[in-house]
Amino acid sequence: MQPNVISLVSIGRHPQSGRARRSEQDGRALELGLKLSGSHLQVAHAGAYDSTFSGSAEETVLRQYAGMGLKQMTVLKQSSDADVIPSLSHYLESQSAQVVLLGVRAESGESSGMVPYLLAESLGWPIVSRVADIVSIENGEAEVLLALPRGQRRSVTVTLPFIATVDNAAPEPRQTAYGPGQRAQFNAVDTPEVLDELRINWVEAPAKPRPKRLKVIKAKTAAERFKAATAKAQGGSGKVMKNESAQEKAQAIFDLLIEEKVIR
Amino acid sequence: MSDIIRRDPRTEWIARNRLHPLYESVINANAGEVRGPTGLLRKNPHKVGFIGPNGIKRIDRLKGNGQGAGAVGRGKSSANEPVLALHQIEAPDFYIMVAPDLVGGRLTSHDKDVLGLAHKLCRTYEADERDQGRSSQGAVVAVCFGEMKEESLDLAGVDRLIHLQNDVFEGFAPEARLEAVAQIEQMYQPKHWLFPDSIHGGADLGSRLSARLGERPAVQAWQVDTQNTVCRGASSSIDITRATPRILLLLEECGDAIDETRHEAKALDVDAVEVSAVNIVDHGLMDVDPNAIPLAEAEFILSAGNGIHNWEQFHDAAKALGATEGASRVAVDDGFMPRFRQVGATGTWVTARVYVAVGISGAIQHMQGIGQCDKVVAINTDSGCDMVKRAALSVIGDSEEILEELVKIVNAHKGQVSPEGETLEKGSEHAA
Ligand SMILES: Cc1cc2nc3c(=O)[nH]c(=O)nc-3n(C[C@H](O)[C@H](O)[C@H](O)COP(=O)(O)OP(=O)(O)OC[C@H]3O[C@@H](n4cnc5c(N)ncnc54)[C@H](O)[C@@H]3O)c2cc1C
Repeated sequence: MQPNVISLVSIGRHPQSGRARRSEQDGRALELGLKLSGSHLQVAHAGAYDSTFSGSAEETVLRQYAGMGLKQMTVLKQSSDADVIPSLSHYLESQSAQVVLLGVRAESGESSGMVPYLLAESLGWPIVSRVADIVSIENGEAEVLLALPRGQRRSVTVTLPFIATVDNAAPEPRQTAYGPGQRAQFNAVDTPEVLDELRINWVEAPAKPRPKRLKVIKAKTAAERFKAATAKAQGGSGKVMKNESAQEKAQAIFDLLIEEKVIR
Repeated sequence: MSDIIRRDPRTEWIARNRLHPLYESVINANAGEVRGPTGLLRKNPHKVGFIGPNGIKRIDRLKGNGQGAGAVGRGKSSANEPVLALHQIEAPDFYIMVAPDLVGGRLTSHDKDVLGLAHKLCRTYEADERDQGRSSQGAVVAVCFGEMKEESLDLAGVDRLIHLQNDVFEGFAPEARLEAVAQIEQMYQPKHWLFPDSIHGGADLGSRLSARLGERPAVQAWQVDTQNTVCRGASSSIDITRATPRILLLLEECGDAIDETRHEAKALDVDAVEVSAVNIVDHGLMDVDPNAIPLAEAEFILSAGNGIHNWEQFHDAAKALGATEGASRVAVDDGFMPRFRQVGATGTWVTARVYVAVGISGAIQHMQGIGQCDKVVAINTDSGCDMVKRAALSVIGDSEEILEELVKIVNAHKGQVSPEGETLEKGSEHAA
C-alpha cells in the first residue's frame, strides 16, 4: 500500500539576492515525498492566489517545485498576513494524510519553525523534527532517521499519521525541469482564513550585524594582562601515567573513552 | 581611641634626620597616601623599592607576580582565593525556567548564556517591583533531563534545579520531556521559559511546549529585556522587534554568562510525571562511517603525528575505536595522511569532544586547532612536551605498543557487548 504523503512547500528566499526561490529544506521535503510515494505525492502551498498570481514571483517558485515532476499542485487561498495553521490543518485532515513533510524553518517571514509543531498539536499527531531520511513505512509505523549534530544519525519509529520536518542532511532535491513545471496545474482551494493579529504590532527592520563578544580579561595589573595574553598550556592539571604497563595505560584511555561515551 | 592628634617630638626629630638608624621605619610607619597642597596624590619616590643585597636600590614593578614571589604568592592565593558571593534566595516569589541542552551531560556555552540572560531578566523584574515599593525575589530554575556530569551548576547561575532522571527521559524522548515541562509549567507557573535555540534539542522542546500551551514564542531571539525582544527572521535577514513573550528560544550570545556569583542549585521537587501513550520510539544512534563526518564537526578524533611509525596499525585503531582520523602537519607533509585531515592553524579547527593525540608534540600551530576540544588524551614518549601539559590524560610510552593494547581492549569490549545487543543500545542512547 502506498502511504498517503503530503509535502507542504513555501516560498524561499535567496540568502544573497533576497529573491524568491525554491526553499532548500522544502525542496528536500518534496524530494523525500517523491521517494516515498512517487507520482501519488500531493503537494500543497498556502498563499495568495488571486488575479495577480499569474506571472508573479510566487508562481515562478511554485512552478520550480512543480518542475521536480508534479502534474498538479494545491494552493490554499490565503492572504499574505493570514495565519496559515487553520487552513493547513483543515486541508490535511480532509485529505486524510499519513505523512506530512515540511522544512524545518521557512526562509521568509517570521521563520520561527513553529508551523509543523502547531499543526501537530492541532491535529493531535506526533512530530519528528530534523529528519534525514524515512527508511520504511509498514504496519502503521515509519522508520525514520533523524539528523543529529556532528553528522550522527538516530533511528526512531513513529506511528502514522505523523508530521516530519526535513533537515539539510536529507538528500538534495533534484533539478527542476522548466517545461513540465510550466505545464503543471494549480488547484486553488478555498479554506478558512484567520488574520494573524499579533504580528501586526511587530516592527521589522533589516538585520543588524550582531556585536562580536569581546574576550573580557578581568586582570588588575599589567603583569596579569600580559600573562592572560601570552599564557601557554598550564601544566599539572591532567593525569600523567608513566610507569604503568602498556596494558594499564591503554585501559585508562579506554575507561575515559567509555566515560565520555564515544565508544559504544 | 581618642580623636585628639598628638605630636610625637621624637619621631618628628628622627624623620628630619635621614641618617638616623630608625629613619626608614619611622618614615614607612604610616605610609598611607599623601596629598599635596592642591589635593593631588603624591608619591614619594624615595620610598619606592628596597635596597638589594649588593646595596643597589631595587624597584619591584611586578607587584608580586614575579618568578621569585610566585612560589610564595601562589600558596597564599590558593589559601585566600576570593570566594564568590553566594546569591541566596529563601522563598522565591517567581520563577524563570531554563531548559539547558546539556550536551554530553555538561552545560554548553550556549546554556550558560541563556542562564545569564535569565538572571538579567530576574534582576530587572526585581528592580521594577522595588520601584513600586514591593519586594520580590525570583529564582532561576534549570530543568535538566537524563544524565548530568556538570559539577559547576552553582557557578553557572542555577538557583534551583529540577533534575528528572527517569528511564523515560533518557535518549530521545521528546514526548515524555514535553509532558514533564508541561507539568512543571502547571506546578510553578513560571514567569518565563527560556530555551537555547539549538539543534541539540532546545529548539525542539521549546517549540513543543509553545504549541502545547498555545503561546507564541520568540524564536531566534538575541536581544531581550523585560519589555521588548529582538529576533532574527526570514533566514536571519531581518530583525523583528516585538513585545517579550513568555516563551523564548534564544540564540547564542544572547546574554553574558554568570561569573561573579555562586548560586544555590537547590533541588526543587516535581510530582511524578505521567507519560501517556508514546508515539515516537527511540532505537538509539546509528553507526555512521566516522571518516565521512567532516573533521571540523567530528565528535571523537584520533590524531596522528610524527610519533606514528606503523600507519597500518593507526588506521586499524581508528576503525576499531570508531574515531575520525586527524593528523599533524608533519604527518601530512610526509605524505602519510591527506591534507584535509590536518588539524591546526593551517588545517582544520576542530571541535571534538574527545581528541586523542598520538605522537604529537603540541606545537602552538597545532594547539590552536584543538582549542575548543574538551578532553584531550596524549600518547607520547616525551613527558615534557606541550601536548602532555594540555591533556586531561597523558600516557607516556611508545605509541605502537599502547595502540596495540587499546585495540585489543576495544575488540574484547565489542565482542563482549555485541551478542547481548541490549547493553550496547543502553550505553549509546544519550551519547549525542
Ligand atoms: C606557518 C606554520 C603553520 C603551521 N600549521 C600547522 C598546522 O596547522 N597543524 C600542525 O599540526 N602543524 C602546523 N605547523 C607545524 C608545527 O609547527 C609542528 O611542526 C608540527 O605540528 C609538529 O608535528 P608533530 O607534533 O606531529 O611532530 P613532532 O614535533 O616531531 O612531534 C612528534 C612527537 O611524537 C613523539 N614520539 C616520537 N616517537 C614516538 C613513539 N614511538 N611513540 C609515541 N610518541 C612518539 C615525540 O616525543 C614528539 O612529541 C605549522 C608550522 C608553521 C611554521
